Amino acid sequence: MMPPSPALARRRTVPPRAAPATADAAAPGTAAMVRPLELVCPAGNPAALRTAVDAGADVVYVGFRDETNARNFPGLNFSPQELATGIAYAHQRGTQVYVAINTYPAAGNPGPWHRALGAAEQAGADAVILADLGLLDHAARRHPTMRRHLSVQASASNPAAIRFYHEMFGVRRVVLPRVLTIDEIARLNTQIPVETEVFAFGGLCVMAEGRCMLSSYVTGQSPNINGVCSPADCVRYDQEETRLVTRLGGFTINTFADGEPAGYPTLCKGRFKLNGRASYVFEEPVSLNVLPMLGALMAARVTALKIEGRQRGRAYVGRVVQAFRRAVDAAARGQPVPEDLLADVTEGARMTAGALSRSWK
Amino acid sequence: MTADPDTLAADPDPDGAAAAAVAPQLTLGPILYNWPAETIADFYRRIADEAPVDVVYVGEVVCSKRAPTLETQLPEVIDRLRRGGKRVVLSTLALIMSEREAAWVAELAEASPVIVEANDVSTIRLMTGRRHVVGPFVNIYNEGGLAVVARAGATIVALPSELPAPALGALARAAAAMPVALEVQVFGRLPLAISSRCYHARSRGLHRDGCQFVCGDDPDGLAVDTLDDQPFLAINGTQTLSHKVASLIDELHTLTRLGIRRFRLWPQAVDMVAVAELHREVLSDALAPDAGAARLSQLVTFAPFANGYFKGVAGVRHVGNAAAMS
Repeated sequence: MMPPSPALARRRTVPPRAAPATADAAAPGTAAMVRPLELVCPAGNPAALRTAVDAGADVVYVGFRDETNARNFPGLNFSPQELATGIAYAHQRGTQVYVAINTYPAAGNPGPWHRALGAAEQAGADAVILADLGLLDHAARRHPTMRRHLSVQASASNPAAIRFYHEMFGVRRVVLPRVLTIDEIARLNTQIPVETEVFAFGGLCVMAEGRCMLSSYVTGQSPNINGVCSPADCVRYDQEETRLVTRLGGFTINTFADGEPAGYPTLCKGRFKLNGRASYVFEEPVSLNVLPMLGALMAARVTALKIEGRQRGRAYVGRVVQAFRRAVDAAARGQPVPEDLLADVTEGARMTAGALSRSWK
Repeated sequence: MTADPDTLAADPDPDGAAAAAVAPQLTLGPILYNWPAETIADFYRRIADEAPVDVVYVGEVVCSKRAPTLETQLPEVIDRLRRGGKRVVLSTLALIMSEREAAWVAELAEASPVIVEANDVSTIRLMTGRRHVVGPFVNIYNEGGLAVVARAGATIVALPSELPAPALGALARAAAAMPVALEVQVFGRLPLAISSRCYHARSRGLHRDGCQFVCGDDPDGLAVDTLDDQPFLAINGTQTLSHKVASLIDELHTLTRLGIRRFRLWPQAVDMVAVAELHREVLSDALAPDAGAARLSQLVTFAPFANGYFKGVAGVRHVGNAAAMS
């Protein structure tokens, strides 16, 4: 059973939405409820933020409309004013807002990143999500009261690395890279003084995040510097006789027969040849889904689940957040995750638990 | 390996940081691939005696499963390289996940008779207060990051490969005041990604736990081609590298002007002594940069060169100097 988290309770500036921090006397005949996994949900624009709040998010995470965050896509993200309005909406309804400032500031030009920290603090963000050593240092010195989380882009995958960020910069939570098994996460949580947040659903990086330059190798734009991976302006869909070829930066990422649905050419989900034989060398076009493992994640003392997808529309966000709200509440009551939820959120797509299962490696 | 603090203390400049302030240093990065023990021993014997490099990095960076073989060799390799007049640095694992891996790296670093290169933030924490090198698998992209690791005791920082020339210049200006010597990768396939999954094992229908060390079959990595048969990437166990060989041999003078003092060559299965000689000749103006590039391309026949990252474009591209100026 997951014990109540005093840190979490202290931090709340708004009333918690779901269960109180301690085991609760639930309705007669039902099991006592422990604190559910905190649900950290994506929003790429103000409408998606409101949708996520209304659908039951504990936290919505967002980014500014520039290269300071790792979902720097055209038409996405928030201005400082939109952020302030969004935070007001969320706080009125008991939901927190985290701001991701999780790219690596450019040498010689830290201004945009430093201004983003100031804007997040001024708008009343509940935490900032950072990756860069220099930016963490700057935030700890200049914005000491603003809660700091470590982005997955920092790729902190072991206790000593996480302790370094905690000791040096007062980091209070780490978003774990998608490289650890659930047993490794459980061990880790007994060895670190900070909370952990685990990716639960959506896009799946198969490489250690923040340590992957595949995108910049072929497109010149990287997650670390530009906040993009396999960017749309480098993508081509070429109809060649009876096949559709998807290309990234001029390199063929996959081909599809006529009528076959063509996926987006994310480099690590492409089909390539080894010794003349075609296969999905790195990973099939699958998505991450930990719904079947919620009990194990609670037992591993994970604090929060992160849903990927700031680039997704509000309909998607609403559906996935609602499903996860029901699922984490059920898990907190010790009940199995309702079967229909799985079908609801997966839409027939192929799903994996990724590195959480040892056999994935 | 046993600790030998006396040897470490005997050299007032064990990582060559001070030497780099006087003259540009040529370094040889750790072997990234799973080469047989005998190949490794032969390789370092020849490097020790013949290669005009100042610093040699040794140790396993990619996969902890390969470590036991290499580890037994290290004391002899280090000794041999030192007798050849090289400074030696012990490189450590880039992606540390299990407790076993963390304990292994800690033990290795604590007992190291030579300076340690940290390739994970956890190893920086371990080495804090002691002189060390920060390797290219730690994300140092800006002056702020540089300052943090310099305060922790880094005297050398080997930068990530995707940084363009203006960023290198800005970092070099900041580094000079700390003082930290910066190192840039100038030769070899580009390490592009690291994963917990082993793609070599996956290519044979195996899991990492039962990998049978199939990565040992490909001394320069396993070729990944596109479906149109275009050479694309190379797999090295859990690591993914570029197919193309990054080369900045014709930019060494530009890099020196930017304030970069150390140039790293990644070992590939080619004549690395000859590779080092060409870079040394260009650095000492005994050979014109374009002539150096031409001769280097005769040595490296398995892939063409790329310099895109340095030029601020896709890393796979090769931008000629004429084109860069236009």
